[in-house]
Amino acid sequence: MQTTALYKTLGLAFGAMLISACASKGDVNEGAGSTVAPTATEQQAEETNAVENAGVNGEAMEAEANEAQAALREQTVFYFDFDQSTLKSEGKAALMAHAAFLAANPAASVVLEGHADERGTVEYNLALGERRSMTVRRFLMANGANGSQLKVVSFGEERPVMMGHDEGSYSKNRRVEVKYQSR
Amino acid sequence: MVKRSLIVLMWLFAHLVQAELLIEVTQGKQSAIPVAVVPFSWNGSSALPEDISAIVTNDLASSGYFRTLGTASMITQPHQLNDVIYADWSRLKQDFVVIGTVELQADGYAVQFHVMDVHQQVEILRHRVKGKASQLRDLAHYISDFIFKKLTGVPGVFSTKLIYVTTNRERSRFNLNYADADGAREQLIYSSKHPIISPAWSPDAKKVAYVSFENGRSEIFFQELATGKRERVVAFDGSNSAPAFSPDGTRLAFVLSKLGNPDVYVMDLASRKIERMTNHYAIDTEPQWDVDGRHIFFTSSRAGGPQVYKLDTANKQVERVTFEGSYNARARITADGRKLVYVHKANDRFHIASQDVKSGLVHILTSETELDESPSVAPNGSMVIYAASEADRSILAAVSVDGDVKFRLPSKYGDVREPAWSPIFQ
Repeated sequence: MQTTALYKTLGLAFGAMLISACASKGDVNEGAGSTVAPTATEQQAEETNAVENAGVNGEAMEAEANEAQAALREQTVFYFDFDQSTLKSEGKAALMAHAAFLAANPAASVVLEGHADERGTVEYNLALGERRSMTVRRFLMANGANGSQLKVVSFGEERPVMMGHDEGSYSKNRRVEVKYQSR
Repeated sequence: MVKRSLIVLMWLFAHLVQAELLIEVTQGKQSAIPVAVVPFSWNGSSALPEDISAIVTNDLASSGYFRTLGTASMITQPHQLNDVIYADWSRLKQDFVVIGTVELQADGYAVQFHVMDVHQQVEILRHRVKGKASQLRDLAHYISDFIFKKLTGVPGVFSTKLIYVTTNRERSRFNLNYADADGAREQLIYSSKHPIISPAWSPDAKKVAYVSFENGRSEIFFQELATGKRERVVAFDGSNSAPAFSPDGTRLAFVLSKLGNPDVYVMDLASRKIERMTNHYAIDTEPQWDVDGRHIFFTSSRAGGPQVYKLDTANKQVERVTFEGSYNARARITADGRKLVYVHKANDRFHIASQDVKSGLVHILTSETELDESPSVAPNGSMVIYAASEADRSILAAVSVDGDVKFRLPSKYGDVREPAWSPIFQ
């Protein structure tokens, strides 16, 4: 229960950061125009053309932001530590992009496929894989996705991507894969 | 035509994943009993399809309880009681001698065998057994069981069976196999491109339960061995896994996880009604019935890492059972209820450990193998079979519950996993 609450808080906090990040980007674009403009005014008397250019600039950045979001969504595999189901910080930006996409596209749905490395027992690893999927599910929900868009399934240690018996392989096998069923 | 070649290809493929296990004793008891199994006489004109006395020799040697004498060292090879010269066997430092005859009769093969005590110079066992040509290996294992019981006081398990899963390296084919306890006569009983895990025997040895992912998630199926008939038994929303039959076969313990919270449930198999046994936000899994049919051992992460707990199904009280180390999981109990066997992590390595139920004393049984998992106890409580990693492959290995005897069942192809040792067939 405590972990659930923690994730919700974390998710909300990051969601809030994302929103404020987007908001501040907008500010900078408009601000850039307005800060440049007075400088120009001081130097070149009554010229005010620079303001219109800033408006055009703002639209271009929005498209870039969308591209950045799409690029973030290209990360669909998220990794975990041994016997852990807590999300690592490096995956969070990408997961927030997935959450934002799901929130904006209610018809879109994903399967969250949880996996474990081969160490430990088969059934415990099945449960662990499911826990990891659930962590991702809660994070996506906290960031705007709807529960009905998110299906959870675990394959435990049965579907490794790397066949080695070392940490190099294990770290790649302890994962959740976000698989879009419809977009 | 294309369809037919596809079927042939699929058949070939399924067979490539077959394991072909071959038993290899790696460690025997210090106190192993010296026994000489003299090649049995045979009255037929062509060679017997199975060498019965050789199979008996292998059985006794692989148990680790006996040290068998090579035929080349035998001074004489008697078949009749009167031809046994005790002084010869005494000189060869043998404690027991087994002799026998195989005859083809109108109704099949008849094997008569005798066991002699070399020190007392007396016959201690005489028995006759009959069977068809297809049952020659069964006759041999029957004889081994008989001798084992007579000389050790413990029922033999040479006539029992194993169920296990084999997969290819790419994990694109999963086969459920059925074989003799010595790995011989492997038969494919179910094949899928989706994972198969957690096979479990019904106590009457007539069917097995297992988890299949064929519908995109884990569900529990029963399969009758004699007919191959399959039934999907537990497929609730969420993840269904870890089936375990109660000792009387009327109930099934299993794990159901609705939205990421695995708990132990019990299904009454006649009514198919289910009852929730644990209710905890931690992982609760791997239920295994205690011999009393009332308590259930299970693995839980409620204290952080996985540990073994014991549940009283009558009042749902839970008690922690394992305390040594940070990882103890997948407990199995010996038929006498005295030893618990489980996966134990020590020094970052996974091994099989046994725990005395009364005293709580823990004994790590394995050391040579890596990543040991899926222990399953022989029905006489003598050996534990488990899956382990060796040279980049998953193989089956076995260790006696006292840690003295060890053998491996290396396979020629693929990975072998999730063994389940059958009950003794009645």
